[in-house]
Amino acid sequence: MFFVSHLVNGLQLGSIYALVALGYTMVYGIIKLLNFAHGDFIMVGGYIALFSLSTTFFGLPPAVAVVLTIVGCMLLAVVVEKLAYRPLRNAPRISVLITAIGVSLLLQNLAQYFFGATPMNFPTHLLIPAGGITMGDVFVAYTPLITIIAALISMVILTYLVQRTKLGKAMRAVSEDTEAAQLMGINVNTIITFTFAVGAGLAGIGALLYGAGYPRIEHTLGVMLGLMAFVAAVVGGIGSIPGAMIGGFAIGLVEALVTALGFSEWRIGAVFLILIIVLMVRPTGIMGRSMMEKV
Amino acid sequence: MKKLRILCLVVAMLMVIGLLAGCGGGGGGNGDADADVITIGVLAPLTGGVAQFGTSVYRGLNLYIDQFNARGGLQIETITFDEEGNASLAVTGYNSLFDQNVTAIIGAVTSGPTMAVVPFAFEDNMPMITASATHAGVTVADDGTVFTNMFRSCFIDPFQGQKMAEFAVEVLEARTAAILFSNEIDYSIGLRDAFEEKARELGLEVVVVENFPDDAVDFRGQLTNIAQHNPDVLFVPAYVRHIALIGPQSAEVGLEGTTLLGADGWAGTVAFMEDVSSIEGAYFLTGFSPDVDDPMVQQFIRDYQARHGSIPDMFAAQAFDAAMILIDAIERTLAATDYNPASEEFRIALIANMARTNLTGVTGHIAFDEFNNPQKTAVILNVADGVEVFWGYF
Repeated sequence: MFFVSHLVNGLQLGSIYALVALGYTMVYGIIKLLNFAHGDFIMVGGYIALFSLSTTFFGLPPAVAVVLTIVGCMLLAVVVEKLAYRPLRNAPRISVLITAIGVSLLLQNLAQYFFGATPMNFPTHLLIPAGGITMGDVFVAYTPLITIIAALISMVILTYLVQRTKLGKAMRAVSEDTEAAQLMGINVNTIITFTFAVGAGLAGIGALLYGAGYPRIEHTLGVMLGLMAFVAAVVGGIGSIPGAMIGGFAIGLVEALVTALGFSEWRIGAVFLILIIVLMVRPTGIMGRSMMEKV
Repeated sequence: MKKLRILCLVVAMLMVIGLLAGCGGGGGGNGDADADVITIGVLAPLTGGVAQFGTSVYRGLNLYIDQFNARGGLQIETITFDEEGNASLAVTGYNSLFDQNVTAIIGAVTSGPTMAVVPFAFEDNMPMITASATHAGVTVADDGTVFTNMFRSCFIDPFQGQKMAEFAVEVLEARTAAILFSNEIDYSIGLRDAFEEKARELGLEVVVVENFPDDAVDFRGQLTNIAQHNPDVLFVPAYVRHIALIGPQSAEVGLEGTTLLGADGWAGTVAFMEDVSSIEGAYFLTGFSPDVDDPMVQQFIRDYQARHGSIPDMFAAQAFDAAMILIDAIERTLAATDYNPASEEFRIALIANMARTNLTGVTGHIAFDEFNNPQKTAVILNVADGVEVFWGYF
């Protein structure tokens, strides 16, 4: 029965990693940019959710808070893309990468300036009720249950969006060959903005679930979360959407497993060990396609 | 022309005499020192993970210093360095304060940075007092050397761990215990060691020990392992930022019938968490309770509240006392010697005077033992019906 509990723990953590990893992988897939500010989108989302839910601030109903958080994250990503990344569209990739790190630091410092360095408590039970269900002799709280379900639903919707809609088709086309897509009449800038918005929307969902599961919001929360999700994206194969999902869950489960075995201090180490092994055995990641460099 | 020269000479001589007289007066001490300004350094994390504690300490000590300065006479100036709870930054901060010729230092706030600074301060004979670094190693090195320059107004880790083990056995009648600690935090390790040792002595069986990294947000795995053993008590020597996550997560993994025990790192938890149902029934030890009925304590609470709009926590109270101890010793040193306050001789004399401290602050009566640790009583707080309640002295 405790094995099942550990499994649930791992899946909960993995769900959040996967949602964040999707944002990394989608943006990388389309403009080959590692958006290091992505973890900080979640931090901002966490604060939006906290302020809108908390009764000491706005005390809005959960549904409104959910919409505000997701829309807030999407707007932030669109603004960041427009102001920071678009002017560098034709600049060397390293410049954009450094800009992404700059945006990340800017967001963290702005958050510290406005909300202070002291962590704030997330009102978990205003979003997801306390308690849970007991299946046999296993108790599963509502928080992990809803986290896992919400993540799975988001992934199904995303897969539908990318595989079955016209916008998704355009996204895949831009990802495959930007210039050819442009020649076929696809507005590349719109598609890139759209991709950022979708990735950030997932980050918004991630922020809500993160807040509910780990109710401490602080300006640095995106750093470690972003790093772990980045590892998940790389393990799964950066640029691949199913890869990010698999990578996220794999990393979450590895952490839970290592803890269950009593090596909790090695959990982060174990994650990076997996990363090293994957990079050695399969450098493009689990679902990554090997790409030939055109010379 | 000649007259002018004589006049100049007379004036110069008068000035020399005046100067000598001034020196004599300073040596005699008391009233003459009204123009004296003494600069002390403050090392505190005002940003970063332990900024909560740093801010409380900063407010507490400044409240005392401002009240002291308002009385006139000796004036205390402070230079503050934000060490962010980081050991190497604290050393940088110490060097910077030392270069600015401070007479003494209040700080640091947590054990790690304080222990990083102490060996340097010891070599420089720099008097230091911390309001909240509770690790045994703050005043005594691993090889047994006592850092004679280092004092504190809080009690030490082994004391807290021992007390909580005794409390579990004597009051809660616990038979089995679990410990969840962080082996990245000196404070946490110190408490775990003392708790385990005392538990063994008292026949309290420690069935499982789990640890977590300092920046952990996910404790469910460790808590699941603990739930598996169903212990009577779970001792969590950690800080508010951990408890705020450990509390709700312990409820989620189905840890039931286990009483949570904590130490002074828990101070402020109830104020931080909006919903404390998950830590209902927990007991933790602290150095200060605003419920104590004492005119000095109540005055302190009113003054603090007037300034910051909130009830002072343990850190603020201990910092208030730390400033009181230091300034009391500075006054006694000024009265007894005529050294320059920026000189090493003055600092050595000040250290000797700090060791002879004997006063009552807002956290109780304070005198130091041979390891510069204060002898105090512990306050036990209980989380009941969503609020912190003063359980009693233990």
